[in-house]
Amino acid sequence: MAIALVLVLVVVGSVLFHFLSPWWWTPIASNWDYIDNTIIITFWITGVVFAAVVLFMAYCVFRFRHREGNQAAYEPENKRLEWWLTIVTAIGVTAMLVPGLFVWNQFVSVPSDATVVEVVGQQWQWSFRLPGKDGKLGTSDTRNVSPENPLGVNASDANGQDDVVVEAADLHLPVGKPVKMLLRSIDVLHDFYVPEFRAKMDMIPGSVTYFWFTPTKTGTFQVLCAELCGQGHPLMNGVVMVDTAEDYLAWLGEQQTFAQLSAPQQVGSAE
Amino acid sequence: MVDITPADTVPPAEVAEMELYHPHSWWTKYVFSQDAKVIAIQYSATATAIGMVALVLSWMMRLQLGFPGTFDFITPEAYYQFITMHGMIMVIYLLTALFLGGFGNYLIPLMVGARDMVFPYVNMLSYWIYLLAVLVLVSSFFAPGGPTGAGWTLYPPQAIMTGTPGGQDWGIILMLVSLILFIIGFTMGGLNYVVTVLQARTRGMTLMRLPLTVWGIFTATVMALLAFPALFVACVMMLFDRALGTSFFMPAIVEMGEQLQHGGGSPILFQHLFWFFGHPEVYIVALPAFGIVSDLISTHARKNIFGYRMMVWAIVGIGALSFVVWAHHMYVSGMHPYFGFFFATTTLIIAVPTAIKVYNWVLTLWRGDIHLTIPMLFALAFIVTFVNGGLTGLFLGNVVVDVPLSDTMFVVAHFHMVMGVAPILVIFGAIYHWYPKVTGRMLNEAMGQFHFWVTFLGAYLIFFPMHYIGLMGVPRRYNELTDMTVMTESAHDLNSFISIMAFLVGFAQVVFLFNLIWSIRHGREAGGNPWRATTLEWQTPQTPPAHGNFGKELPIVYRWAYDYSVPGAKEDFIPQNMPGSFGSSREPA
Repeated sequence: MAIALVLVLVVVGSVLFHFLSPWWWTPIASNWDYIDNTIIITFWITGVVFAAVVLFMAYCVFRFRHREGNQAAYEPENKRLEWWLTIVTAIGVTAMLVPGLFVWNQFVSVPSDATVVEVVGQQWQWSFRLPGKDGKLGTSDTRNVSPENPLGVNASDANGQDDVVVEAADLHLPVGKPVKMLLRSIDVLHDFYVPEFRAKMDMIPGSVTYFWFTPTKTGTFQVLCAELCGQGHPLMNGVVMVDTAEDYLAWLGEQQTFAQLSAPQQVGSAE
Repeated sequence: MVDITPADTVPPAEVAEMELYHPHSWWTKYVFSQDAKVIAIQYSATATAIGMVALVLSWMMRLQLGFPGTFDFITPEAYYQFITMHGMIMVIYLLTALFLGGFGNYLIPLMVGARDMVFPYVNMLSYWIYLLAVLVLVSSFFAPGGPTGAGWTLYPPQAIMTGTPGGQDWGIILMLVSLILFIIGFTMGGLNYVVTVLQARTRGMTLMRLPLTVWGIFTATVMALLAFPALFVACVMMLFDRALGTSFFMPAIVEMGEQLQHGGGSPILFQHLFWFFGHPEVYIVALPAFGIVSDLISTHARKNIFGYRMMVWAIVGIGALSFVVWAHHMYVSGMHPYFGFFFATTTLIIAVPTAIKVYNWVLTLWRGDIHLTIPMLFALAFIVTFVNGGLTGLFLGNVVVDVPLSDTMFVVAHFHMVMGVAPILVIFGAIYHWYPKVTGRMLNEAMGQFHFWVTFLGAYLIFFPMHYIGLMGVPRRYNELTDMTVMTESAHDLNSFISIMAFLVGFAQVVFLFNLIWSIRHGREAGGNPWRATTLEWQTPQTPPAHGNFGKELPIVYRWAYDYSVPGAKEDFIPQNMPGSFGSSREPA
């Protein structure tokens, strides 16, 4: 008997916790409110199913608990009811899947006007590279990595000379401009994750992965590594600052290009 | 509908019963035993012992997360070793071993009406290799550098690199060797379970008369035999990468400024192999639980399981589908994004047969005669927990919803609810249910009530709020949450609360273990069939069943496993081996 009451309390408590507790997602700062909406749809559908199933159980336990002289009904099958439930379930699942796939299609289709930013992960810090005036990133290879060339940019690639290299420092992004994050690692798996942007993707040594988003709010956001990368994993924090267009250009003007960073070394080798 | 076969039409046995080899010494009876029931107890005891290690490890993690900076001995290195060993032990060495090696060995021969497994000697070897695997695993705690801290998924490259505890020491090697041994041992046992179900059923026990417990364990075993080889090759290849310097999973890497000798390998290939095993593994644990809980609900609600044939096909369908959903663990792994469309669709399709199972469990309760015994309480708690965990699976399976939630505490909460707590609640219910058959005595009721309430409500209070910490954006596998902007002060308090609940739930398990031991001598005498159940294991001439299970003659089966409360019958249950026609039994066929 106590169990019937507790089952009701589990449902009521879970619903109250959901609506009243202070623990909820951080305010969004990107265009992916579609993702938040899909989560809300899913919360509603699953929440109703959870409450319905558990409350039905509570009713059964209360109503059909053993008492002297009771006998259970004998009903091996009920084809009609079974099919009916199957179809309703299939409709509910479709109602979640279809919007989900629709938004996924947006998530993997990068808009043509997106600017490119490369993120390079290594144990346990973030570095960044932005294309220079030519708008193209030069090629790169982990084999090129050295103390003078921490990101492994291909020195013989003309496209790479004007690339802006931001080593182990904050990334700045202009607000309102779609950006395609190209993700690369030189050692182990990492994952570039900013909770406010809602998007994340693993970085794999030997491959380049990507995701895209549009920052919609200026401000400072913490980058977290979301893929276990060894014992320094929790320390692998970074900062993304979303700036207004002027602030962004001011920041960009202070950065050094790959050619500038490699110059002293070239002078040294010429002597 | 099929009429029940009257006893006199069963043809005489064409082949005489073979005498079993009976053990003559203490050693062959209790240690190197070939009796599946003894092997089952050996498996269960070993799994429980190593499970206690995993429980203590979870306490260590919760100490660190709930009270950061208070316990100096939990270094970051140690924390990663604790989470890795906790996860691996729970999934493989406890849940898989207990469901298949423990319950499978005990119940399959008894429930299908066989004298033993078909290959008793191989069955014995299976246990001893499993024990060796456990010992190798435990030895890594004492090896230089300690056990591996690579996370239970063991993703390369970090698993075999210096930045991960045990990566360049013995930890990862011992882990891989232990897994390889486990798979060898499991394969020996698994072949036994499959062949026994297919070949050694007693007369009259058609496949569609099998109790759902057997269907669950059987299907899970078939899946394990198909899935474990993927893990086996992944382990061998990673062992080569680590020990011989090959590059199956290792691309060009610069580690701490130094170029490694590896090149050309694919880290993501390991993930595909791992999850090709790892996703079916979820159902290898879940399907036996589905089967067992069906029988618990039916027996203790005194009602036939609703929609038996649909339940069988749902088990088989889930088993098959679970081989084409593996990459839903990899939505943000960097695999080709178009895979997301395929794997999200297959994953959500699996929700349909799973939902059917839930409906049929609750419809079995409907118009039942529900005895609120401890096994029934655990079964009800299972449904609540499983529905909760299953529904959050619809978040994570729906590719784009997974993007923000993947690798956060939401995932940790989800999989603990659905494949940690839910199957373990079934294990508890099953132990309270079958303990009288194994020992001849009932478990103590008062301790059982305490164990049930603390475990069910405590576990719910641990994992339900944890979803919301993940929703806030807090990643998993962080030993340090103090520098995180999304982690609010109140969320730290919530973490402390979760930790306190974890200690409480752990304590309840100590009471349970005490009950297991205490009741062997002091429990109430159970008799042969205390739950008045229909299946064959309750109809044995001796309790506990002797070697050979069924005395001189094997039972003959005349009906399905669910003739409870048949209208017109004298008793509210008709054992499967009871000849004759009673009331208006309608066996689905």
